[in-house]
Amino acid sequence: MNIIVCIKQVPNTTQVRINPETNTLIREGVESVINPFDTYAIEEGVRIKDKTGGKVTVVTMGPPQAEDALREAISLGCDEAILVSDRKFAGSDTWATSYTLSQTIRKIKDYDIIICGKQASDGDTAQVGPGISAHLDIPQVTYVRKIEEISAGHAKVERLTEEGYEIIESKLPLVITVVKEINEPRMPSLKGKMRAKNAQVLKWNADDIECNVNDIGLNGSPTRVIKIFTPPPRKGGEILKGDTHEVVAKAADLLKNVIIG
Amino acid sequence: MSKNKERIQVSKEKCVGCRLCVTVCPFSAIAMKEKKAVIDLEKCNLCGACKEICKFKAIDIVDISSQVRFVDINEYKDVWVFCEQKKGVIQSIAHELLGEGRKLADKLGVKLCAVLLGEGFQPKVKDLYARGADIVYLVDDPKLKHYQDDPYTNVIVKLIHEYKPEIFLCGASVIGRSLVSRIAVKINAGLTADCTGLDIDTEKRLLLQTRPAFGGNIMATIISPNHRPQMSTVRHKVMKEAVPNSSRAGKLILKTYDDTVYSSRTKLLDVVEEIEETVNLSEADIIVSGGRGLGGPEYFDMIRELAKVLNGAVGSSRAAVDAGWIPYSHQVGQTGKTVCPKLYIACGISGQIQHLIGMQSSKTILAINKDPDAPIFKVATYGIVGDIFEIVPALTKRFREILKK
Repeated sequence: MNIIVCIKQVPNTTQVRINPETNTLIREGVESVINPFDTYAIEEGVRIKDKTGGKVTVVTMGPPQAEDALREAISLGCDEAILVSDRKFAGSDTWATSYTLSQTIRKIKDYDIIICGKQASDGDTAQVGPGISAHLDIPQVTYVRKIEEISAGHAKVERLTEEGYEIIESKLPLVITVVKEINEPRMPSLKGKMRAKNAQVLKWNADDIECNVNDIGLNGSPTRVIKIFTPPPRKGGEILKGDTHEVVAKAADLLKNVIIG
Repeated sequence: MSKNKERIQVSKEKCVGCRLCVTVCPFSAIAMKEKKAVIDLEKCNLCGACKEICKFKAIDIVDISSQVRFVDINEYKDVWVFCEQKKGVIQSIAHELLGEGRKLADKLGVKLCAVLLGEGFQPKVKDLYARGADIVYLVDDPKLKHYQDDPYTNVIVKLIHEYKPEIFLCGASVIGRSLVSRIAVKINAGLTADCTGLDIDTEKRLLLQTRPAFGGNIMATIISPNHRPQMSTVRHKVMKEAVPNSSRAGKLILKTYDDTVYSSRTKLLDVVEEIEETVNLSEADIIVSGGRGLGGPEYFDMIRELAKVLNGAVGSSRAAVDAGWIPYSHQVGQTGKTVCPKLYIACGISGQIQHLIGMQSSKTILAINKDPDAPIFKVATYGIVGDIFEIVPALTKRFREILKK
């Protein structure tokens, strides 16, 4: 089975701090990591390979340093890695990003299943996975929490919903986006780390994947960010003082209106 | 798609009928008619072989992408709201979108339209008029009873092509996010995810879409200047529900399509509900969450009890999920759910940044923790430093009295 995993290198959101004087994002010194949701996608890809045979190709679109994320994916069991990088991709929104990734996948040509994390932790849009399937015109199942069956040309999966889950069957090729519940990602093995160090990462640019210049980067992006601002930081409020009886009475008083109406 | 962004044309003046292009075309797309080359656009791949071989410069491939991509935005009007339904019930997010959509439509001076797909919904259309819809586009078919990506995408793409809305709003739910991401690609429209604020630039007639990014650390305002409709998914519980007014009337546009439009490449085999409480997290006005401080799965009963009295839902931190005390579907935070209820009560949750990302937009936060330095107190509206095993049951008792339960 040919498995493609799409990942994104993101700033570690939990380290993002706001400069209190300028009210802007401090990006310096923030490490880049594989988007947390994509680690489940990588793990699931490797598990499918372990079961059915075949190979896992990991793909990312990003700046040259995104190669680090690909090497990490190799250390976790992916076989091949492709970095899609070009200055022309700068400014891509989710439309252009999913187009670029779909062109990459077209060039890879042989694929049975494409796995993405449900969303990236920096943009939080959850749009690129479904966007890829729409560009490739193949089916999708989002928010997958379990792959029940997967074999040549066929898959049965569980899709997490607000109330529970759905069981969905599909032909392959298929795009799935996965949630945390699907697995517990392994740690890189020593052997994996060695392999990652020596592995060759393919580098493709816009011409390599035969992109239409009007569909990539800023040109290919219908949306424009016109303003960025920091929300007023939430201030810690009032600490209620007193013994249990007193604090409970105070809290109940303060929250009464919220609760009743 | 890229196929339509260039156009190949043969100049009848320049073509001498030499047939060179016919021989070189790898797709047999060129034939001679009245001694002039004619290209079959169905077969043509725009490879350019004919253009290259032609000695008379009679064949040209022109880039028309700018014409194709930038639709005449003036053709598009009205604000559309996708009304999510589950098991025959229109979801509350639809009422929130109708409330917000009404404001936008009034600012633009256009109609507010509800889009509803399902089975047996004709009697419920009047509820949507009551909530502010001027027009309801209803596609009612047994095949649309449950949400499925393909048929829902196909139907809505057809509706948009035919009726051309300028704005299309949808809930940022599991269904909404899966659906509109596909539609936006299919119709080449801009889509902004998870909006928490919408407004109109009345001068330019543009939808101003504001959303959090980087885990809520920054806010961005986004527009789609040259593409229509302007599409947004909207976060649940942020906009106010439209207040029903049963004297309002509207117009029903009932559409039916060929079976091919309703066909799905995926097959829904079963729908399983497994939320233990009556209220689910994303719908809840009140959430009571437990964390590592609980010390064990059995102590979640205390959390459930308080949630029940408040008619709220049960949430948890990642630590409690990872410890196996409660299923993942209850997890609030970066790798769980993002929630913004009216009241969030955090019990024994220290408030790691990953958790705060998922709940800090709650309107009121009450935190109870024994550690006075716990980061949760930095975002809490009210804090109680103390023992959750004492305070939570006491709170439950007090609220029970107030609510006379």
